Amino acid sequence: MGGDVNFSRRELLAHLAAVPLSGLVGCGALGGYNFVGELLSPDFSTGHRLRDGWQPPPPKSAAQSHQVVIVGGGIGGLATAWQLDQNGIDDYVVLELADQPGGTATSGSRDGFHYPWGAHYVPTPMQDNESLIELFRQMGVIVGQQSDGRPIVSEQYLCREPEERVFFQGHWIEGLYPTAGASPQDLEQLQRFRELMRDWSTRRDAAGRRMFAIPMSRSSDDDLVRQLDNVSMSQWMTDQRFSSARLRWLVDYSCRDDYGLTIQQTSAWAGLFYFVSRLGGESAESQAVITWPEGNGRVVNYLAQQTADRMRCSHAVTNIQRRDGHVHVRALDKQSSTTVDFTAKHVVFAAPQFLAPHLISDWKSSGRSVANFRYGGWVVANVFLSARPQESDGAMAWDNVIYDSRSLGYVVSTHQTGLDHGATVLTWYQPLLDDDPRVSRAELMQLTWQDWVRVVVSDLRKAHPDLAPLIRRIDVMRWGHAMVQPRVGFVWSDQRRTASESLGRIHFAGTDLSGIALLEEAFDRGVQAANRCAV
Amino acid sequence: MIERAPNYLLYLNVLVIATCGLIYELLAGTLASYLLGDSVTQFSLVIGVYLSALGVGSWLSRYVENRIARTFIEVEIGLALLGGFSAPILFIAFAQITWFRIALFGSVFSIGVLVGLELPLLMRILKEHLDFRELVARVLTFDYIGALLASVLFPILLVPRLGLVRTSLMFGILNAVVGVWGTYLLRPLLSQQSLDALRGRGFLVIGLLAVAFIKADTLTSWTEEVILGNPIVYSTQSPFQRIVVTRNANGFQLHLNGHLQFNSRDEYRYHEALVHPAMTTAGDAKHVLVLGGGDGLAVREILRYPNVESVTLVDLDPAITTMAAEFPPLAELNQHALQDPRVTVINRDAFVWVSEDDRKFDVAVIDFPDPGSYSVGKLYTTRFFHLLRARLFDSAVVTVQCTSPLVAPKSYWCILKTMQETGMDVRPYRASVPTFGVWGFALAQIKPLETTADGGFLQHIELPTGLRYLDRKTMATMFDMPVDLQPVPTQPNRLNDQVLVRYYEQEWGAM
Repeated sequence: MGGDVNFSRRELLAHLAAVPLSGLVGCGALGGYNFVGELLSPDFSTGHRLRDGWQPPPPKSAAQSHQVVIVGGGIGGLATAWQLDQNGIDDYVVLELADQPGGTATSGSRDGFHYPWGAHYVPTPMQDNESLIELFRQMGVIVGQQSDGRPIVSEQYLCREPEERVFFQGHWIEGLYPTAGASPQDLEQLQRFRELMRDWSTRRDAAGRRMFAIPMSRSSDDDLVRQLDNVSMSQWMTDQRFSSARLRWLVDYSCRDDYGLTIQQTSAWAGLFYFVSRLGGESAESQAVITWPEGNGRVVNYLAQQTADRMRCSHAVTNIQRRDGHVHVRALDKQSSTTVDFTAKHVVFAAPQFLAPHLISDWKSSGRSVANFRYGGWVVANVFLSARPQESDGAMAWDNVIYDSRSLGYVVSTHQTGLDHGATVLTWYQPLLDDDPRVSRAELMQLTWQDWVRVVVSDLRKAHPDLAPLIRRIDVMRWGHAMVQPRVGFVWSDQRRTASESLGRIHFAGTDLSGIALLEEAFDRGVQAANRCAV
Repeated sequence: MIERAPNYLLYLNVLVIATCGLIYELLAGTLASYLLGDSVTQFSLVIGVYLSALGVGSWLSRYVENRIARTFIEVEIGLALLGGFSAPILFIAFAQITWFRIALFGSVFSIGVLVGLELPLLMRILKEHLDFRELVARVLTFDYIGALLASVLFPILLVPRLGLVRTSLMFGILNAVVGVWGTYLLRPLLSQQSLDALRGRGFLVIGLLAVAFIKADTLTSWTEEVILGNPIVYSTQSPFQRIVVTRNANGFQLHLNGHLQFNSRDEYRYHEALVHPAMTTAGDAKHVLVLGGGDGLAVREILRYPNVESVTLVDLDPAITTMAAEFPPLAELNQHALQDPRVTVINRDAFVWVSEDDRKFDVAVIDFPDPGSYSVGKLYTTRFFHLLRARLFDSAVVTVQCTSPLVAPKSYWCILKTMQETGMDVRPYRASVPTFGVWGFALAQIKPLETTADGGFLQHIELPTGLRYLDRKTMATMFDMPVDLQPVPTQPNRLNDQVLVRYYEQEWGAM
């Protein structure tokens, strides 16, 4: 059954062995085809060296003093900076490890194409998500308000039709649910599932909160919903008598897509959150999807532009210490290999939680633990095509999903531009689904570019047998800690909930504080952290 | 052995040879008149070249001194190859008009020479075994019977049933069979070595032709010929679409992806209706934009206005605009509009182009295909019309072809509704085009259209002369929508919710 895909190391190797090497990858020539590419990954070497006891050189100049130092230039850190600006605090710096900001929302460009390297869409925010709406208004994405208060998104940023399709039994079918050949029971269960989700979306708790809201900090913490975190989505489906293979595949796909976890690994709270949190309005329809050719890289670039010269890329923070009523941050400028010290009234720690024990000096005495924060590995490949493959079932959609594949399929970077012919870039995604994420990470780092290219091309070939000659280039990004994982019991654990509490003047941001990896969550956490930086 | 071969077998041989020869000639003549038009000239030229080549062949036969039997069989096999593949090659050469003439007359002449060699050689082979008087009488009789057979079969059975390509390939196979058969009939006259070589080549040619014959079934051109009902005179697959031109007694037709775009017989009604209301309403239009309409027929109408200084034609497919400029029947039909110095052709997706530049226009003529897919549907969205507005002067007039309001009322009114959403003053109108039936258009202006006392619009200038369909009165009546073409409520068409594509599928799909 499609809903039970588990991508283990053994299977991956078996899968690789099944793809003939000669057919695809030779010495430079790929079975008569010739394409190139790079194997990329975020910088983890500095972090690993520090973890293994390496001492950076002593600083040469005096500490720079700022009101706020933001550690991490992903959406969480950028949102902090943006909110500081909104609050009139402009004396801050953002320290980012990589040579460009964005974290897993970063994007790339080459040959006139812009494409995502990670997160690539945002559902239209509901009207009570004021901060995000304000950001989108500034970006020109939201252009007004309907009479009932719902935001109006400028047409070119809403995902253009055809939005999604699934390759099922040799054909592309519009939409994500493969309707072809579905039995009456399948359709009945689908209908019942949808009604149940709609029902959840209209419920309110005693405090008037939605059961599942974005950002999740505004969701209900009623026992009714918290209990859902104690069972897996798979178990919940079984308890609710959802046995349809297609429906379970759809839900499993959604969990893999948003959380990088299978239906068995995902907590039912997170599983329901995915479906219910996006249902809004009277009609309880799913919020329209906002996207850009470069994915959420558009938001990153806008926010980074606002920070202007206050962004310090290639800065690896090596230590954060509370002393004399200030917070002292030490960073390694990787380009000049010099150590730079910063002194700040407040520090916003907008890096993943798993780094906090390594970087914050008095972490141990705080009595906190982040041992349960687990992060999944992902592989993202950008596949450059000289032309589109022949299609008999209509044109490419934005999101193209292959049923029963380990991958999540691909999005078409040119979709929003209106270029429907000729060269394009497909962004292909695959989460690594091992029960122990450390196994996934080891896997991720062990495989070569050739290995990944074989996985990517053989997956795409299922739906596009004639694709290989059209490939010009494949770049592969390995994300070791791409997404925090909402496994059973994590989201409503004390560990997750206390992680967002400040340590004196060290405040925390980052999507992992929500237990789920979403732009909206990262943004919300950044805004909240900025609001704690009272001058 | 040759004496023992039954005579009728030899005459059958002659019959087949004669039939094949004439079929090749008829194929060439038919293809030439499809493509180049003017069938009298084409057939005269083809027949003339062919007959003179027969003479050349006959004359050349005198230089064949020995190994006559072997030469005869080689001629048969060569003819099979050349004649058999003549129609497929000429079809391929359609795309390049200059090469087509060379390929056409080259193949007609070569085939003629080889056919001209056949009978003299065969008669010389047979002359030692038959009385000369008898020989001449019988051979020529069967030759003429073969000609009769070919000329009757060709229009009645072959073209309608097999199509041109398969007819050509089938007669190539027959010709090669005659050659191989000859190796058996003329066995005593051939050395063992040449026998093997000839049979090898013969079977190879039969094999090649047979493969092509079978593959012709999957060749889209053949199936299109059946589907479209008329002989194909031009077909090509561009990266964007399949382009097919068919021709019948009433004129020729352009099909894109199997959808009829125009028929040369009545396209003037469509294009006059598309262009002139906008041009006369705009008044002194200097810079005109045409989106879609790569056939150049709308441009032809625009160029009737002497004050027009520039026409910018944006069409996705260079194959269409090249065809409109170079394919003689179409270039003549559009009066070589695309070669006019005032015309600039840009091959770009209009959706992308419209946001790339900032030149402004006085009139925009929109002649996209019907919104049968999302990639075309995007050109009828609020987003597109917003982008277009930025490329127009405030006084500019827009006209849009909007599919049939009779067959597809929701689709038609959806396009108007979509344009209205962007703040334009939009008016429906329609024309009758026999090939399509009642066809719908929309006339729009960013500022409100000026109306006259009788409820029509103010046409700032007179219609140009030389129109075949429109006069002032007819143009006014186009804007009176009859009772069965009244508005129906629809949603506007948006990029993220292309209702138009769904309306269109429902309405035309039900036809």
